[in-house]
Amino acid sequence: MDLLEAEPAATGPENETPSQGRTVWNATWPKLGAVGVVLLVWQIVVWTGWKPSYLFPGPREVLPRLWHDVMNGELLKASLITMRRGVVGYALAIIIGIGLGAAVSQSRILRSAIGSLITGLQTMPSIAWFPLAVLLFQASETAILFVVVLGAAPAVANGLITGVDHIPPILLRAGKMMGARGFAKYRHVVFPAALPSFIGGLKQAWAFAWRSLMAGELIVIIATRPSLGARLQIAREFADSEGMLAAMIVILMIGIAVDSLVFGRLERAVRRRWGLLDPAGG
Amino acid sequence: MSVQGSEGHVAIAQGAAAASLGGVSKTFGRGEHAVLAIDNVTLDVGFGEFLCLVGASGCGKSTILNLVAGLENPTSGTVEVRGGRTALMFQDAALFPWLTVGRNIELALRLRGVERRHWGETRDALLDLAHLSGLAHKRPHELSGGMRQRAALARSLAQQAEILLMDEPFGALDAMTRDRLHDELERLWRDTGLSVVFVTHNVREAVRLGDRVILLSSSPGRIAEEFFVDIPRPRRIDSPEVSALAARITDSLRFESA
Repeated sequence: MDLLEAEPAATGPENETPSQGRTVWNATWPKLGAVGVVLLVWQIVVWTGWKPSYLFPGPREVLPRLWHDVMNGELLKASLITMRRGVVGYALAIIIGIGLGAAVSQSRILRSAIGSLITGLQTMPSIAWFPLAVLLFQASETAILFVVVLGAAPAVANGLITGVDHIPPILLRAGKMMGARGFAKYRHVVFPAALPSFIGGLKQAWAFAWRSLMAGELIVIIATRPSLGARLQIAREFADSEGMLAAMIVILMIGIAVDSLVFGRLERAVRRRWGLLDPAGG
Repeated sequence: MSVQGSEGHVAIAQGAAAASLGGVSKTFGRGEHAVLAIDNVTLDVGFGEFLCLVGASGCGKSTILNLVAGLENPTSGTVEVRGGRTALMFQDAALFPWLTVGRNIELALRLRGVERRHWGETRDALLDLAHLSGLAHKRPHELSGGMRQRAALARSLAQQAEILLMDEPFGALDAMTRDRLHDELERLWRDTGLSVVFVTHNVREAVRLGDRVILLSSSPGRIAEEFFVDIPRPRRIDSPEVSALAARITDSLRFESA
């Protein structure tokens, strides 16, 4: 009897799986091409003799230096110190951001009181917090953490608030009719419905956290903690352009890797699951 | 209020209604912005009755359902629901997009306190009932509009309601799918003994399905006329009897909304 409806949308994502290798290659070659173009442009600028090569060295000097610094473990150690700060600050920002976002999205008074403040905080350049942070906490880990959290938490909160605000009312009514009340309502209806936007907030928060962290590491240099930012600053002081550019490449690569491997995947998985991704174009 | 067709086809004894509205009015907003949505509506839904509400848009049909569902409170008058729980079905299936069809149904069972070990069999029985066997693992966006409404129906039944409130549930479907869902809804209603309040602006649909059709006037919503449908079941939406009664109701509807 179900002749008309016997065929649901048979174009699910599972139908379009060519070989794994081919998929990886298709996703990779444009990126590799872009890297190649960047290296080429960089080399051309160096060839023009715009700046002396001890100030602005080309890839032929910097890449071997990068390799050297990676192999002797220094860059790895610096990356671990920086990443550890990033992860701790980001985790704290998530906890605070969720608490703040949940409170504001559910309370009209709180919303009118601090709703726009949260958005305002988000636009505040994190480096502007550092003088205060250093006054309060001296040049310490706490000062860096303070600024990372202040940079990232508003984005988490805003992602959650936007997500809750944009839940289709019909889903809330359906949940209410199904008897979802109190904690069950948040667990089974509100939070899952807000998740796509919340993930967007998490992604943005990571970008803010990473930027704040770099700003912080340039300002707050702790002698016993040779972080990526500290390497940049020290390289500048010693006019070690190659070391500086090598560290910058690592900073960029970590940013890209986290964004695409963690958040890119998370976002796609959620969007696919929620039916927000066009299976043909996605 | 005129009563047409055979009297007492649906016997509603005083106090034996599954749900009753007594002199219910509902105003939205306050002060100068106040809008009277429904005005002094008195209405009984009999146990096991299939009641259809028809009217032009803005006649407060959905408001009446929301009042019975407990999603809104009346401004004045009383709403009594004696026939157990209510479940509400919308024009948009309102399935949770992050859950599979099966999980949507399981969530309804869970929120009703059904023990976990019964979820699987109950879910499968409901999917079977809605002709969706084997589609438990599909996500709502992978289904056609008709299948989504069946899944929503299955989820409503999982809420273990005795009164099923339906707000233009088939309004967005094509005619053939709708016809088939009429058949299936009728079968489910018979098999389960549910009381159904079905809101639609499609008069033929109301006559096809209802034991009784209540015509509402617009702005504010009032009960304009009541029609008992004594056409024997199973009915066809294109049968002469259905067409004739539908034409009569449509005439009244035109008069009411003029």
